[in-house]
Amino acid sequence: MKARSKRLMLVGGGVALLVAAVALVLSAFQQNLVFFHTPTEIAEGKAPVGKTFRVGGMVEDGSIQREADGVTVRFAITDTAKVIPVTYKGTLPDLFKEGKGAVVQGKLEGGVFHATEVLAKHDENYMPPEAAHAVEQAQKAATTLSQ
Amino acid sequence: MIPELGHFALILALVLSMVQAVVPLVGAQRNSAALMAVGRPAAQGQFFFILFSYVCLTWAFIQSDFSVQLAASNSHSETPLMYKITGVWGNHEGSLLLWAMSLSLWTVAVTVFSRHLPDAFLARVLGVLGLVSAGFISFTLVTSNPFERLLPGVAEGRDLNPLLQDPGMIIHPPLLYMGYVGFSVAFAFAIAALLSGRLDAAWARWSRPWTTVAWVFLTAGIAVGSGWAYYELGWGGWWFWDPVENASFMPWLLGTALMHSLAVTEKRGAFRSWTVLLAIGAFSLSLLGTFLVRSGVITSVHAFATDPKRGLYILALLVIVIGASLLLYAARANKLMGGGSFSLVSRETSLLANNVLLTVASASVLLGTLYPLFLDALNLGKISVGPPYFEAVFVPLMTPVVVLMMFGPFLRWKDDDLLAEVRRVAPIFVASVAIGVGSAWAVDHLTWRTVLGLSLAAWVVLASLRLLARRLGERAGAAAGSRLRSITASWWGMWLAHLGIGIFIIGVTMVGSLDRHLDVRMKEGQRAELAGYTFVFRGAVDADGPNYDAARGNIELVRDGRVLGVLDPEKRVYRAQGMPMTEAALDIGVFRDVYVSLGEQLEDGSWIVSLYYKPFISWIWAGCVLMGLGGIFAAADRRYRRLAARDAAAAVGGRVGAAA
Repeated sequence: MKARSKRLMLVGGGVALLVAAVALVLSAFQQNLVFFHTPTEIAEGKAPVGKTFRVGGMVEDGSIQREADGVTVRFAITDTAKVIPVTYKGTLPDLFKEGKGAVVQGKLEGGVFHATEVLAKHDENYMPPEAAHAVEQAQKAATTLSQ
Repeated sequence: MIPELGHFALILALVLSMVQAVVPLVGAQRNSAALMAVGRPAAQGQFFFILFSYVCLTWAFIQSDFSVQLAASNSHSETPLMYKITGVWGNHEGSLLLWAMSLSLWTVAVTVFSRHLPDAFLARVLGVLGLVSAGFISFTLVTSNPFERLLPGVAEGRDLNPLLQDPGMIIHPPLLYMGYVGFSVAFAFAIAALLSGRLDAAWARWSRPWTTVAWVFLTAGIAVGSGWAYYELGWGGWWFWDPVENASFMPWLLGTALMHSLAVTEKRGAFRSWTVLLAIGAFSLSLLGTFLVRSGVITSVHAFATDPKRGLYILALLVIVIGASLLLYAARANKLMGGGSFSLVSRETSLLANNVLLTVASASVLLGTLYPLFLDALNLGKISVGPPYFEAVFVPLMTPVVVLMMFGPFLRWKDDDLLAEVRRVAPIFVASVAIGVGSAWAVDHLTWRTVLGLSLAAWVVLASLRLLARRLGERAGAAAGSRLRSITASWWGMWLAHLGIGIFIIGVTMVGSLDRHLDVRMKEGQRAELAGYTFVFRGAVDADGPNYDAARGNIELVRDGRVLGVLDPEKRVYRAQGMPMTEAALDIGVFRDVYVSLGEQLEDGSWIVSLYYKPFISWIWAGCVLMGLGGIFAAADRRYRRLAARDAAAAVGGRVGAAA
């Protein structure tokens, strides 16, 4: 093989490898993005049904209830404007409390959000950014309405 | 008074770092021995002052001097001494000081182990390290002064985040930082070589042991961090693809590529420009990692807005480092051409393919980590990229890497006969797939992922054995002992590290396929079953510690009617901030861990208990240990010392010649 065609093959092979890898990365990226919706958006029907997404807000006061098995929990997430009922089976994070911020990931089915993951604050000062964002959005909307 | 002394020492260190940055570089350009000689003492003096400054800060923590802002927010008079000391770096300001101290320590190591380097080259290396150091110390002083006073002082501190009050967190950050910052040495060697215009095998050889040692630190740091997350976060995961973890994993991937690329450059003179780019890339990703973790952009891009000075400063530093080094690279690119030629089928090609794949893998982590931040910063919506994305990308990218990783060492440098080699390893390959399918069937989990993982692991182990047999066979006729001794330390290093990947894959595959988990409500005397084990809850008692209140559960672990032991998970509330914490209890074994953590206590006195069965999870860290050992072997190869002695003789000869 001539040096030139050898180099061409090497470069060509490298480029093909690179293109395949990039295609793989981008398609995996497309398929696995998890979007975020606020309770208000869900109430307006903007959230997908049967697809995984995240909801953030405050855990509504007095909403936490345990089922008889002790590990299934029902609570509600609110952005101060709308409320979304959530069910979750499993251990809750240490800093999960009523009146505090939380983010849940899961699917919406029949108006109830079935969470597979519950995230709360990392420490006393820090509120999950998505939760803060949801409340902020709702309050912004409220001020615009009252004006 | 002592904090002010520390502050003053840090300012002196900054001045010395500037001297170290400017004088030797000018000296190297003008070929002035006197100016170049300034680098060494400046670097050593700088280390002394940073160390002094660090000790002063630690003193404020030990003495519970809560008139120092940092101690007041990250320590408490009841915190155990160990965590007072580690609390120094459990925050933004202190960890920056630790960063600067690691850099300074690396620089001093360079000055000590550099007798063999030509004066001008050493001067340039020290100059570049001085520039980086000046950037970081000034960043610390201007935007994040750790010695900031809180006047009037407060009576009690807010305590260190309880998650960080753990033995794993004592060693994790220093190891990780030594790894991160260690790549700055590889970077400085690459820049010095670009500046001098001499990018030859000697440069790659000088740079190799430093890069390998930095990689060992980074590997150890990541492994310890992962172990900490496993037992401290209370739900038994070992890797979360969290941005903070990704920040350390990206430089690891590129650093791995760099180590291998340096080997080719040294041995064959090929890939020279690629190696330089990897050195720049690995260090840039280390800086980016520091930026991501320390600027607050991860917790929220808006945290960035509350103190934009910090983020902007470090971002500017990043832009300067990447921009200036790429400019320099472009200016010198014409000198990087050429090098050893090689054919399509050669060890070079297989290393190049793996280099490309590792770089793509690193880029995919970068995409998944930064894209949500970009969208959020531009107000285009909030998304999150979780483990499913990274798993979807990593399995197909790493499969060819692992296959090639074991095939490459069979190939000769420069040129080889593909068919002959393939024919030679084909039986191993077939046997590996058979073992993969067979063992997946044996554990009753015949999914493609389990089959793939176990086949890859079998391939690594079998090919390693074959490789060793072949290496020993090369000197047939010699006594077994002398044949073993003829193998170099760096070959053992390669062999061990690659074998470590195989062990790691076994752990990841088994725990990913076969782990079991049960959340259950338990009252005193109740039992639960999981994966053939019986858990008997014997109640919980108070078990208060020095700075927390706790309830300690008592759970008997029973198998086949025999009590294996008692697990005592805790639920703690740290008094200073009223923060709850879960301390899991583990029964660690070679083939499985049993992991128990306490959830919350319900009104009727029963507890939510999480039970986990984690098969082969310790193999993940055993694999990391082998990789680290491999790195240590490779860096300790006698060849480097022998060649260093030769270079030193040449350097002295050069000096004598110049003097005459």
